[in-house]
This record gives sequence, structure tokens and C-alpha cells, in this order.
Amino acid sequence: MDYVLAALVGLFIAIGVYLLLSRSVIRMLIGMTIFGNGVNLLIFTAGRVTQEIAPIVPAGLDTPDGPIANPLPQALILTAIVIGFSMFAFLLVLAFRAYQSLDADNTDTMRLAEPEGSPRPPLSY
Amino acid sequence: MEATSTVTDLSQAMLDSMTQVADWVIVLPIVLALMGAAALLTFRRSNGVPLVGAIIVVLGIIACEIVLLLDVIVNGPASMTIGKWLPPFGISLTADLFGAAFALAASVVTLFVLIYAEIDRAGADRNDAFHAMVLLLLAGVTGAFLTGDLFNLYVWFEVMLIASFGLIVQGGRPVQIDGAIKYGFLNFLATTLFLLSLGLLYGLLGTLNMADIMRAAPLANPTAMAGVAALLLLAFGMKAAAFPVNAWLPASYHTPPAAVSALFAGLLTKVGAYALLRALVALLPASRDLLEPALAVIAMATLVIAPLGAIAETNLRRSIGFLVIGGIGAVMAGLATPSLNGIAGAGLYIFHAILTMTALYMVAGLIEKRTGFTDTRMMGGLYAASAPISIVFLVLILAAAGVPPFLGFWPKLLLLEAGLADGAAGWMGTAIVVALLINAVLTLIAGTRLWAHMFWRAGPIGEGTGHIAATLVALDGRGRLAFTVTAALVVGIVAIGLWPGPLMDGIAVGAADIADPARYVAATGLAGGSP
Repeated sequence: MDYVLAALVGLFIAIGVYLLLSRSVIRMLIGMTIFGNGVNLLIFTAGRVTQEIAPIVPAGLDTPDGPIANPLPQALILTAIVIGFSMFAFLLVLAFRAYQSLDADNTDTMRLAEPEGSPRPPLSY
Repeated sequence: MEATSTVTDLSQAMLDSMTQVADWVIVLPIVLALMGAAALLTFRRSNGVPLVGAIIVVLGIIACEIVLLLDVIVNGPASMTIGKWLPPFGISLTADLFGAAFALAASVVTLFVLIYAEIDRAGADRNDAFHAMVLLLLAGVTGAFLTGDLFNLYVWFEVMLIASFGLIVQGGRPVQIDGAIKYGFLNFLATTLFLLSLGLLYGLLGTLNMADIMRAAPLANPTAMAGVAALLLLAFGMKAAAFPVNAWLPASYHTPPAAVSALFAGLLTKVGAYALLRALVALLPASRDLLEPALAVIAMATLVIAPLGAIAETNLRRSIGFLVIGGIGAVMAGLATPSLNGIAGAGLYIFHAILTMTALYMVAGLIEKRTGFTDTRMMGGLYAASAPISIVFLVLILAAAGVPPFLGFWPKLLLLEAGLADGAAGWMGTAIVVALLINAVLTLIAGTRLWAHMFWRAGPIGEGTGHIAATLVALDGRGRLAFTVTAALVVGIVAIGLWPGPLMDGIAVGAADIADPARYVAATGLAGGSP
């Protein structure tokens, strides 16, 4: 199971990187999301996938009787999903604003902050 | 991490007593900043309340951090556990001298920037929650400096990131949107890469508490740990804008108002540099040794290439952005030569850069305000009209280049000593020393060229001796206030540069704690028992 998940993580991250290399902002966004999901899956796998019972301590005991699944990766992933989603939402709105005000979805044509053919440094002094 | 123990005595895993009042100063700066941000969001429509409220909150944060810093100086690293679970299960906030000093410097510059920002807010939308976002940014930065847990560090990075997103697009001019796209994607990618390496680290070690990682890392597979360290280097290197992953910084830092640029320059990349120092030198020293050649090459490339960019650039704030990147090269030089002097030099450089780079952008904002241009070729002849601004700018350039006796000289002195020390990796130490000296000269050339074009020339380029004094905009009341604040910060920088004694002593103690984490581990209560 671990091997399958590890391969899936690799696939997700490969797709994410491929899409991030695109010049279209929307593709980059989708790539970012897939990349982030690959990372979430990686944390899940790194926490050791088991088929044990849920980490619930039986009534009357202080510790679980027997092995349990690791509950920590799920807490980490949940945090990461929430943060990743908020970032995604912001970048999506930003991409839309960029499309509106720069009339561009192509990063090659977004050159306001770094104008093309900017002046050469002056030779004085 | 299966809980296989059968003890019913929970005192090993959970706190059974209240946190001592003295320990609250570790978490109070973060709590104050977050609650202040929430309160200011509510009161953002009331005239004047956001500014006064933000200043009061930041003053409270500074007071807490001074108490914390004094405590750390006297008693060594301090730690506080959030919630009842003891480390390594719960999250602990741990402040050592570096973290406490940087957090204090960060909140001090935030105070200056809050007052300075009024210069651009005359015509601004008063309901835009600017002050709330500044406090949120400060919460993220302070949290990152004071946390003792790697996943918690990731969360603070994201808090910082979302606040900076809000600040960079505020105003919504197309050029800001353009800058924000590049800033946003690359920084989000960097934090996601950090999360990726964090997941691998958890898989290898089974813990995310920094003190616990220090104990567990030497026992893990060194090859795998080196891979994780390389990923961390990439992630934090992107955050810190080290060459060759620095392209987002000059593309975005000059787009928002000058006050926001100043805040970013002082706080954001420094957190990345601090995280590098913490992760590579303190947490994974064995892996850092394997990466040393890469670190040395990155340091030298950043040191030499960044000021060349500053020389080539005609946009004032873009040019200063390259100087910020050059400073990161100095921190990387400290990482490549991690003797006590090297660590102290890197730490002192971060402290110096938080103050100096913020002040540099503040002066740049004043210059742009007076001339109405962003291009240095159009700014000639400013000296006759604005001698005080020209003096402040020159002092900051000298401080950034590391000319004695200004603040930037002392960290570079420590770094040079580290590079020349006998044990420092032969040719690499010498090469880093050469790169540091080249960086100082190039930074001086870039800065004095800027100074000459803006102040010394009689007029704009191409107009001979024509004077632009007639077109200069006089500073209004807000502008004069902004200049006063900037000058006060610069006086502080000069004063620290002239009396560096206490700072040098303190930073040496902090460096010793980074190099030998025994006191840090003991502070979290993990010293006893094997990992």
C-alpha cells in the first residue's frame, strides 16, 4: 500500500510541477492545487498507513489496548488543506483581477512590474 | 508514534500545573498581535482608531519582548507549552536569544513603519484594514521567530504569507496585481515545498518538535536526512530570496506603497534566512556538512550577483531590492562557515538587515514622494533641496555595504573572521571572504551611484544642468512626520553601530546556543532520557 501511495505522490507532484511550468495563470493554479494535494498525500503516507483500529481509548482505560492508527498526520493534513484552500481562493481572485486589469492570462505578457526593454543603466558617474 | 505505554500516571505526557506567569511573555506577543488584528478589523471604519490601536498593541508587544529578551539573556532559552500536552507531543514555543532578539527588532521596525505609513494614507481608503493586516503580518513573523515546532513554523509562514498578500495588493493598481502574481505563486510554492520536506522529516523521525528533532536526527539515515535538508534549503532559500531562486523579489517589492515595501524588506526574507539558520545549523548539522559546498556556492553567487543587479537597475526601489538579496548572501556565508563566529555573524546580519533594509525603503519612499519619480535618472538635483534626506540615504548605504563604524560592519567582521579561521574548509573559506569583500565594494558602488544620480547631479539626465528644484513636491505634515520617523530609526542604527559591545556579547551567547543546543533542549524539558 505504501508503495502505491508513494508512486501516487510522485505522480501528483510531477503533474503539479508540469502545470506550474505553464505560462497560463489558471494552469499554474491547478498545478499548485495538485502539487499541494500530492504533499498532503505524502504526509499521510509518511505517518505510516495501517489497517488498525481508530485511535480511540476505550472507556475506563488511560491508554488504548493494542496498536492504533496514527492520528497525527490527519491533524497535519487538515491544517494544510485549510491553509492551502485559502491560498488557492486568494490566488484565484488575484488571477481574475489580473485578467481584468492586465488583460492577460499569460505570464509572458505580464510585464508591468518589470517592463521589457527597460532602460540601460546610465553611463554617467 | 503508537502510544504503547501502559502508565496511568500522565505526568510524563501532560502538564498538571498552570503555566508560570513569567513564561506567558513568550506567547503574549503573538496573542496580542492576533487579537489586535481582529479588533482593528472590527474598528477599521472608525477614524483614527486603527492607527492609535495598532501603535498601542505594538508597544505592548515590544514591552513583552523586552521582558522576554532580558529573561533569555539571564536564564538562557525559555520554553512554553501550548495546551496540556508536553513536548514532543504538544506544540512548544521556545525562545532562544536569536529568536527573541529578531522578534524584538521586527516589532520595533513595525512600530516605525506604522507611523511612517501615514505618508501614503492621506488619500487612501480609510476602511482598508491596513493596520489589521500589518499586525497579522507581525503575528506571523513573531510566531516564526519564537516557535519550537516545525509544523507550527509552517503555520506561521502561511499567516505571514496571507497577510503579505493582503498588503501587496492593497490599492489594486495594475502594477501591484502584476507583482502580487509573481510574489504569490513563488512564495506559496516555497511554503508548499517546506510542507513537503516537513512530511518527509516526520516520516523519518516521527517527531516535529525542534528540540526532539535535534535529539533524533543523528540516529536517522544520513542520506535521507541530507535529502530533506536539501529540500529545506530550497524552500527557505526561496523565502529568503537567495540566488538563483530570488526572481520574485525584484519583481514585486517595488510595486506596493513604500511603507509596505519597507515592512516586507525588513521582515519577510529575514524570516526565511532565520529558518535556514535554525533548520540547517541547529536542527540538522550533519546534513548541513554534506551540503556545505552547495551553501558556499549559493552564498558566493548571491553575494556577487545581487549588487550587480542593483548597479544595473534604474528604478530606485527595485535597485534596493537587489541590495536586500545581497544581504541574504551574507547570511548564507555564515551558514557555509558555521564556526561560532560564522553563526554569530549570520545572526547579527539578520538583526542589522531587519533595521537597515526597512530604513532604506523608508528613505526611498520619501525620495519618490519628493521627486514624483521612481526612476533614478529623473531625480537629479535633489541635494540642494533635501540635504537631510541625502545624508540619511548615504548613511544607510554605508551601513548596508558594511563600512565601519556603521552597523553592517560588525556582522561582516565576524563573517570574515569565520572565513579566515584555520578550520574553515580551506579554499572555501577564503573564497567566501573574497566574495564578501567584493560584495561590500559592489554594494558601495551601487549605493553611491544611486546617491550620485539622485542627489549629486545638477538635474535629470539629458537636461544638462537644469534644476528640478522647481518641480519638487514639498513634504506636508505627514511627510515631515515620516521623515522624522525615518531619521529616528537611522539614528538608532548609527547608535547601535557606534556602541556594538552589548550586541556583540549577546549575539555570541546566542550563537553558542545554536551551535550547541543542549540548553535549548533542556529548556523544552526533553533533556532527560534517550530519544
